[in-house]
Amino acid sequence: MLGIIYALLFYVATLLLVVGLAFKIYTYARIPAPLKIPTTPAPITRFGVVLRMLREVVFFESLFKSNKWIWAFGWVFHMSMWLVLIRHIRYFTKDVWWWVEIAQPFGTYAGLAMILALGGLLARRFLVNRVRYISNPSDYLMLLLLIGIGVSGASMRFVAHTDIIAVKAYMLGLTRLQIGYLPADINLLAHLGLVALLMIIFPISKLLHAPGIFFSPTRNQVDNPREKRHLAPWAAKLEK
Amino acid sequence: MADGDTDIPKMSHPLELPEFKCGAMEGLEPYIASPDHQTALGFPGELVPDWKEKTIEKMGELAEKNRAFKVYLDICVKCGSCTDKCHYYLGTGDPKNMPVARQDLLRSVYRRYFTFAGKYFPWLVGARDLTEEILHEWYSYYHQCSECRRCSVFCPYGIDTAEITMAARDILAHVGIGMKYSNEIIGKVHQIGNNLGLPAKALGATLEDLEEDIEDETGVSVRIPLDVKGADILLITPSADFFAEPHIDGLLGYAKVFHEAGVSWTVSSYASEAANFGMFIGNYEQMRKISLRIRKAAQDLGVKRIVFGECGHAWRVAYSFLNTLAGPFDFLDQNYPVPQHILDFTWNEIEKGTLKFDKSKNDHYRMTYHDSCNVARATRIGDYPGSQFEIPRNVIRAVCNNYFDMPRETTHESTLCCGGGGGLLTDDLMDLRLKGSSPRMTALQQVTEEHGVTHMAASCAICKTQFSKVMPKFGYEMDSIVSVHQLVSNALILKGQDGYDDDNQDEDENTNNTDLGE
Ligand code: SF4
Ligand code: SF4
Repeated sequence: MLGIIYALLFYVATLLLVVGLAFKIYTYARIPAPLKIPTTPAPITRFGVVLRMLREVVFFESLFKSNKWIWAFGWVFHMSMWLVLIRHIRYFTKDVWWWVEIAQPFGTYAGLAMILALGGLLARRFLVNRVRYISNPSDYLMLLLLIGIGVSGASMRFVAHTDIIAVKAYMLGLTRLQIGYLPADINLLAHLGLVALLMIIFPISKLLHAPGIFFSPTRNQVDNPREKRHLAPWAAKLEK
Repeated sequence: MADGDTDIPKMSHPLELPEFKCGAMEGLEPYIASPDHQTALGFPGELVPDWKEKTIEKMGELAEKNRAFKVYLDICVKCGSCTDKCHYYLGTGDPKNMPVARQDLLRSVYRRYFTFAGKYFPWLVGARDLTEEILHEWYSYYHQCSECRRCSVFCPYGIDTAEITMAARDILAHVGIGMKYSNEIIGKVHQIGNNLGLPAKALGATLEDLEEDIEDETGVSVRIPLDVKGADILLITPSADFFAEPHIDGLLGYAKVFHEAGVSWTVSSYASEAANFGMFIGNYEQMRKISLRIRKAAQDLGVKRIVFGECGHAWRVAYSFLNTLAGPFDFLDQNYPVPQHILDFTWNEIEKGTLKFDKSKNDHYRMTYHDSCNVARATRIGDYPGSQFEIPRNVIRAVCNNYFDMPRETTHESTLCCGGGGGLLTDDLMDLRLKGSSPRMTALQQVTEEHGVTHMAASCAICKTQFSKVMPKFGYEMDSIVSVHQLVSNALILKGQDGYDDDNQDEDENTNNTDLGE
């Protein structure tokens, strides 16, 4: 029974995530940027823009320039999250890929780092009056959701182990449209439930910053307005 | 209402964080455009009866037409990185002047009508129903943003509050709440050709007077040609350069440089304005209409090149948008940048060695340079990134012996706005302008203390006007702000002028530079 409920949950969540995200990405790609507005100094070649974007998404360059506290918490959280995600690939492949194996020991501790960094971000929301002023309930809840995922996940590792072999079998089954047995451990169910929730709200929340940054005109445009004429389709109609 | 406290904050350093003063600038509104000024631009004369539907409709239209608007409203994570970056927040302490809080005034309404969460769980994401009070809150706080883009530099996603401000102003104008200062000026440009409403005849007379001034000062006849067909270069410069101090001295500088460079050039009475307030009100069509005057002037006069005088937002429109709005400029000489910045032109001449300077003429100045926001964060001046910072400084150093930079966190791409940009250069916003200038003024006071700096140069007409107004409040003379080309003009020794030493110059240079066929 449990297995069926969670299976449905995950299928729905995956569908919403994929379709929702695809729709948003399509929307962002479709809407034109009528003017050249890169924040300068900006790269004057496409390749330069790729590098700028890489520095933003890998090192959080602008944030680093701005505020070392937010940068530290934000960067540690995101990078740990990647390690944790990589570590989780093992539950979806029959044989564990070698690079997932390598990430395994780091991934475990990255989970703890992730929780701490999220705690730091949450503390800032409460303690810094400027950040508190701009925070809505959803901003706190988003952090709590992520912390919940982290804590429930880590608890299976460090406190009360679940039957991980069974979980892997269940997940592998889901990828093949077979619904198997899911252990009824409370921390596992919480963990999976919160993850599904995160997947569902991803395309309708500020988590859209992940695909969104690649569509930010101040960061993704080449600084060449004099050399190359830039014209939005709706603006071209004005010239008729 | 704004709390009536017009004191300029005392800051111990330029980026000092203020105490929160909630509501400090609440209700501050520049004069609303009269029906005449509105209708002249095709906007409704007053608040339309169905303002609610129209506002939401316009918002939806912009979300379809402008990727920045849509993406930026969606993706802000409320990290807080931008909260301490706005000079108006630093100067007023009003939390709604924090860039993200400013965006939220509009985002909250956008969420209510355009997002799933806002439609069904408004309390969760801070979504608000649109009311008439909110329109006025927008009018107030979107006219406390100078569209300077300092916040964008420090946002992890480059979210540019200026884009939201422009959109908000555009929406407001479309439902009948336009801004008097900007709309009146745009009307003048459409009608007469410049912001000041200076007709061709008066312009001609002014330029003749200026020619006489140069001759009296130097003994050399230097022309400032108007509407000369077949000239090589069309100079487009802010009309303040023709009329207001300290701007005029900059214009004399351009004239002298052109004269020494031996190029033929002209000003146009039809396009006698570099400024383009269409950008400030966020309206593409208005901005385009103004830009097309420049294209027409260039075609009518048959010039080969366009050079822009010193102005910040004008250079943004020229550098970043002109090709889009009024291009392609394939009828101009492609060997030169279209358009070119006057500082790029002058620096090239300096590098070529065609200009002769006596730097000691500027020895009574101890200089610093104010990077104007739009030049710094939205353009280049030369052909490489960062040239917008280096070229002005190179030129100043070439003509002045004493130059000192202000603290690095207040210059280059981190420069602080003068406080009067973005269409806020109007007396009804003087309190805001003074407070908004205090971070920049504090940075200036620091270099005055450390290096005895007496004067600041800027290459923007709005900066110059704003500083000449606010500097006296910070213990400086009003003429402590100068054009970069005023410094050039001071130090430049013209051929034939006393003290011009032929030994250092190429004999066979083209000296045939005053004949423009008139
Ligand atoms: S820095 Fe950018 S993402 Fe962060 S709060 Fe400001 S606008 Fe939002
Ligand atoms: S664009 Fe400039 S004035 Fe406007 S919110 Fe950002 S920093 Fe403040």
